[in-house]
Amino acid sequence: MKKSRKILLGFLFGLLALGWFYPFIIVLINALKGKRGVFQNPLWFTRDFTLTNFKTAYQALDFTNSFVNSVIITVGSVVIITVISAAAAYALSRVKGPFSSVVYYLCAGTMLIPFQSIMIPLLSLFGRVNFLNRTSLIIMNTGLSVSLSIILFYGAFQGVSKSLDEAAALDGAYPLKTFVYVIFPAVSPMTGTVVILNAMKIWNDYLLPSLVVNKDGMYTIPLKMYSFFGETNSQWQLALAGLVLSMVPIIILFLLLQKQVMTSVTEGAIK
Amino acid sequence: MLIKKHQYLAFVLPALIFILLIIVVPFLIGIYYSFTDSNGLRASFIGWKNFEVLFRDATFLQSFWLTVKFSVVAVVLINLVGLAFALIVTTHNNRLTKSLRTIFFMPNLIGGILLGFIWQFIFTSAFQAVATAFDLNFLKGWLSDPTTGFWGIVILFVWQMSGYIMLIYVSFLNAIPQNTIQAAILDGAKPTQIFFYVKLPQLAPAFTISLFLTLANSFKLYEQNLALTNGGPYRSTEMVSMYIYNTAFVNFQQGYAQAAGIILFLCVTLVSFIQLAISRKQEG
Repeated sequence: MKKSRKILLGFLFGLLALGWFYPFIIVLINALKGKRGVFQNPLWFTRDFTLTNFKTAYQALDFTNSFVNSVIITVGSVVIITVISAAAAYALSRVKGPFSSVVYYLCAGTMLIPFQSIMIPLLSLFGRVNFLNRTSLIIMNTGLSVSLSIILFYGAFQGVSKSLDEAAALDGAYPLKTFVYVIFPAVSPMTGTVVILNAMKIWNDYLLPSLVVNKDGMYTIPLKMYSFFGETNSQWQLALAGLVLSMVPIIILFLLLQKQVMTSVTEGAIK
Repeated sequence: MLIKKHQYLAFVLPALIFILLIIVVPFLIGIYYSFTDSNGLRASFIGWKNFEVLFRDATFLQSFWLTVKFSVVAVVLINLVGLAFALIVTTHNNRLTKSLRTIFFMPNLIGGILLGFIWQFIFTSAFQAVATAFDLNFLKGWLSDPTTGFWGIVILFVWQMSGYIMLIYVSFLNAIPQNTIQAAILDGAKPTQIFFYVKLPQLAPAFTISLFLTLANSFKLYEQNLALTNGGPYRSTEMVSMYIYNTAFVNFQQGYAQAAGIILFLCVTLVSFIQLAISRKQEG
């Protein structure tokens, strides 16, 4: 390719990327303005630069609290999901038999069921015993995520030679020990994938938390953002400052783990 | 056998109990619910009535067709954009293409609620500003009109999903052996010929995966719909998931809403089986 053409293409691609990224920029720009500035020219900076919106939004979002709730719910769910689906997938991959097949196909089958098709009975089940709080949300997240996680882990364990199990058994390790110290560490890339996929889904989820923990003190970030948005009464600068606060943690985490996140997302789709 | 029976059960049962409790049991109860007039407190069996009424319910049918229309448009656009992005970021392997990959993917990190608000701002304030500055009337009031409101959700969803689908195409493009492409270049093939005759055929499985992934996601779309238009104006942009939510938790017609949920399940299952059949054929 000629050099001038290469530069032109690079320039066009750069422009495209800038356009694709512009929604983030426009949110940030207007979060740094007063109400007047948003109205005057929402497309670029105006003279009234301010940082107070972030303070107001931080308080209105009860951000520390919402952030902690989001962390508790995400971490709690992801840990349980990872442990129990890895364990189940390990047993399914090592003991072949009708029971294992039934469980495997049950996982594949339940993945087909859209959440909207079970949310009404699920909610009435937990509502009837008055069990709607962060703990039950973690339990529901777990139930909704283990199927896919088991299938992902199952594929990974299939790739680990059984001679490794046998060697560990000869050394006197019982199955739990073999699993924890030998087999589970051998699939750590898949563990990373399972953790990232579930963490992203649960951190961003709105529908299920809105049905389970939509009450004071239990709000997650998306829930609080939704109710805050309703209260801002088209004071966009405040709403946008809230959006920036809500997006910053996940974007920082992504920039740190970029490669791993993109691999995980691809693997989760293809396998 | 290295694992004894009681050990096997200890490994499998926790996960199995979660699946049964959170998905299988509610699903079975849900099937029963769809044949009742449940309002959340009381329920009596009414046979197929919910389904009969649903098929004559203009609001449901409208939301259903809107979802189908949305899914078709979104699937086509997302896959076109995603494939174009994949081709762009695989032209070279340098800093620029790596940053492009990151930027194209970034919207996918953000949850539907936040995305909806971002675009609500763009469609109302930013579009309004451009419309006034350049006297472009068609950019005014995007979210207060059924047609442009629909396209608003489409644009949002394309922005969110294209980077994700790009990654799938990228992984298949990278799997094409370099020597087949080199051979084609030696034979004097032009870049467009390489794309249509060398790359495209290898991408067939990527198409199946991406098409059905976007299709399933479009069918279940809720949060973006809620935060961007909330179904308005006058429920004209309300898709199936939002219809189910509103019927169940605003109007408390839970048996009726559940029947709609069962129809959603049947549609998603049908689509998945078609995908499975196509993938099998591709492999075989």
